Amino acid sequence: MRDVKGIIVGLLASVMLTAAVPARAETLRLLTWGDYAPEAVIKKFKDATGIDVEVTISNNEDMISKLRATGGAGFDLAQPSQDRILGPQTDFSIYKPMDLSKIKAELFLPELLDASKKNTAIDGKVYGVAHLWGTSGLVVDARKAPDIKSFLDLCKSEYKGRVSMRLKRPALLGMAFALGEDPFAAYGDKAKYQAIIDKAGAALAACKANVKAYWSGSDDLLNMIRSGEVVAAEAWDSTGFKLNAENPDINFVAPSAGALGWIDTFALPAKGKNDDAAYKWINFVMQPEIAAMIVDSAGSFSASKGSDQFVSPKLRAAFQQAFPPEVIAKIKWFPAVPAGLEEMEGKVLDKVAAGN
Amino acid sequence: MNAPLNPAASGAAAPREEGAAARRLSFILVFAPFALWIALVILVPQLNLFFLSLREKVGPQVYALGPRNYTELFGESVYVLTLVRTVVMSLLATFATLIIGFPIAYYIAKIARGRARTMLFMSCLLPFWVSELVRVFGWMLILRETGLLSRLLQGLGLVDGPVELLYNDVAVMVGLIYTSMLFMVVPLVSTLDSLDDALVEAGYDLGGNGFVVLWEIVIPHAKPGIVAGAIIVFMLNLGNYLTPTLLGGKNSQWFTAQIYSQFITRFNWESGSAFGFVLLVTSSLIVWLALRASGQTLSGTIGKG
Repeated sequence: MRDVKGIIVGLLASVMLTAAVPARAETLRLLTWGDYAPEAVIKKFKDATGIDVEVTISNNEDMISKLRATGGAGFDLAQPSQDRILGPQTDFSIYKPMDLSKIKAELFLPELLDASKKNTAIDGKVYGVAHLWGTSGLVVDARKAPDIKSFLDLCKSEYKGRVSMRLKRPALLGMAFALGEDPFAAYGDKAKYQAIIDKAGAALAACKANVKAYWSGSDDLLNMIRSGEVVAAEAWDSTGFKLNAENPDINFVAPSAGALGWIDTFALPAKGKNDDAAYKWINFVMQPEIAAMIVDSAGSFSASKGSDQFVSPKLRAAFQQAFPPEVIAKIKWFPAVPAGLEEMEGKVLDKVAAGN
Repeated sequence: MNAPLNPAASGAAAPREEGAAARRLSFILVFAPFALWIALVILVPQLNLFFLSLREKVGPQVYALGPRNYTELFGESVYVLTLVRTVVMSLLATFATLIIGFPIAYYIAKIARGRARTMLFMSCLLPFWVSELVRVFGWMLILRETGLLSRLLQGLGLVDGPVELLYNDVAVMVGLIYTSMLFMVVPLVSTLDSLDDALVEAGYDLGGNGFVVLWEIVIPHAKPGIVAGAIIVFMLNLGNYLTPTLLGGKNSQWFTAQIYSQFITRFNWESGSAFGFVLLVTSSLIVWLALRASGQTLSGTIGKG
């Protein structure tokens, strides 16, 4: 009998021990993009605060899906683009408002912080603050495809089977701008917006013969461009900068109608359990030196004030080549997407994807 | 159980009732895991999916009951075409798997002996030791423009420039057949195994040639295995997501990819559920039709196989 008691006590003790471990080590569950939370930064954060960071790599649509599935639980901090907060928040209530007093505003570039605050505000409450920004446009191998300056050039017959795109909203909207439309101005007018995206969808469908394969993650695209199978693509600037570091012929090219600018934010999921750790992480990664480490790993630019001084010279050179001041002035920033528009875009994109 | 036969009636009833209760309890205990599995993993999610598919979005966070998700699916030719395409391609792939798998299974069951038999069986099983993703990537390395086959053809001087063999329907077919071959071979081997060699010999003795013996003796005997294998392979093909998505590229969208995009990319669970339900009904219907046409029953094929 004593033996049995001993075993039970032992079991109970071990159960209590294992239960106690997660309580002792605090964790931050971060839902973010690839390369936004490099190992080195996570380690520094752990050294500074004792908090472990669990990273889940995601994208805009996946973040919304994941948070919708749980009603906003499972993560303590998410990083959706600023234009993708208003619609999903209205539809699914997956975020909670931020307490701006807990964020060190002096670490941010004021214009980016203000823009993100304005774009993510619902009923006077702010749901997101800026972290990294970048653009969508073209990545071109200048030696093999010297004359690609716009989305329409991707559809030239000499590049049949040699281009790639990501079949998501930036391709659709980029095509709309290339056709001379202004979809952003039509955000409030559903009928007009439908007409514009129908037109852009038809152009994408007509362009399908030129597409070798639609890419979905940046690794797919890197593969196709590195092997020379694809000479030009609709892509993020960060992909262009990454390839530029390996082969100077390849770089990001802002389309003549203007690159499409996005800002990825920090947002708090509605049922996050560790807001304190989330605010600590935000204030930690916005310090200039840390922010520069993230910029080097992600290839996108930070809303952290002064971080550009610490960025690697190679990346800075690629950026300066792709973004002279007049190109920056022409960037079209994604305004917040009102609820309902994404469903309309989805149907148009489905038609492009399934059509022959 | 061993109660004496003659005591008072009340005394005899008690143990018998006890025995029945114990039997009932043991039945419940044995049945419980199965019932729980069916209810929690199959029934509840499917019902949930069905109710979700009947929700119409009226406005932000406002839903009503109605069939709009289904009418939208069938009203949009793109979705219907994808479904038809997926079904036809799956049927073709199943047929091709049968044509390729039958001789293999026959060889393993009837001709190979001893070690050779084990080796052959293992070589069918071996690809399944790595995940489907790795197998598909293997095919991508072989078929892509800068891949093995393209280089080989160029090296042999058969083609002038690099050829793209990936991102088309044939690549999808190859991938599907490769992925599901084992599920055709195993039921075929087990039914062919039970075919008495004497029957085949008798067929020849009675003057039948190879084709007649195959058609009159081997195939009728193997029918349950053929139907079982075909059903499993067809279901696997229809519900496959990875292979068509990775090998098929831009023009060969599979219906599962539509479901994925409704759920994950468009976060439109309502229409995604409707899509899922339509796929479930379609596949059940086709399996039922195939069973009717071949004169088999589900218990006589899958149940045995």
